[in-house]
Amino acid sequence: MLLNQFLILGAVLFCIGVYGVLARKNAVMVLMSIELMLNAVNINMVVFGVQHEVVSGQVFALFIIAVAAAEVGVGLAIVLLLYRNQTSIDVEDFDLMKG
Amino acid sequence: MVAQNIAFGIISGIVVLSALRMVTTRNIVHSALFLVAVLAGLSGQYVLLAAEFVATTQVLVYIGAVMVLFLFGIMLTKAPIGKSMQMTGTQWPIAAGVALMLGAVILYSLLDQFGSERVTEGGKIYRTADVGDEVFSTYIIPFEAISVLLLAALIGAIVLARKD
Repeated sequence: MLLNQFLILGAVLFCIGVYGVLARKNAVMVLMSIELMLNAVNINMVVFGVQHEVVSGQVFALFIIAVAAAEVGVGLAIVLLLYRNQTSIDVEDFDLMKG
Repeated sequence: MVAQNIAFGIISGIVVLSALRMVTTRNIVHSALFLVAVLAGLSGQYVLLAAEFVATTQVLVYIGAVMVLFLFGIMLTKAPIGKSMQMTGTQWPIAAGVALMLGAVILYSLLDQFGSERVTEGGKIYRTADVGDEVFSTYIIPFEAISVLLLAALIGAIVLARKD
């Protein structure tokens, strides 16, 4: 197996995630696209761990999974709060800090 | 090696197509289910790379816990289920341009740097026990920090979402 086939898969998924974050209007969809980007990073971590024969790659992938879980918890709580205050989860409505 | 490459090709095809549908479909519940397909496919890739514990954790944490959280988020925000809402903003061509340019830069640098380098084969395979040893020896302080982070996220989520 080529090293690049895994890295390119990760890069493609990351770019799809970037598109999702920038183009989607629904805040929950934006959070899901962020998950996609974090997963793309994870596959790079694991494949480089295999490549250099160290276990640290897997350990860091596990840490990223834990941080992603925490991020989703807080992110969805913020989205719920926004929905309660604005009755909308369209990210284009949230321009309260616009000067 | 041939079998692994075939498995990689099939799983990657499913993963990339599901990811594309995830960011383009107009039904938000379908989007969440396509994300499940992506996560399951990536779990398969970890198995191909002999990272068994990461694959298991991917299934347990992402498909088990995070996706349920997302489905609850979709349900509680009463997102219009079906094709009623315009899900993609008007700036989507710019977003597609940014993503394509980023992809081109990353692809160029990857091909330039790694070319036809191969994944180390027949190297040491790290089992779950090795991962556990490493987490509880070298990475014990980051592990404790993650524990505190999860506690803080738990309390933060409760404080934010509480009604009063």
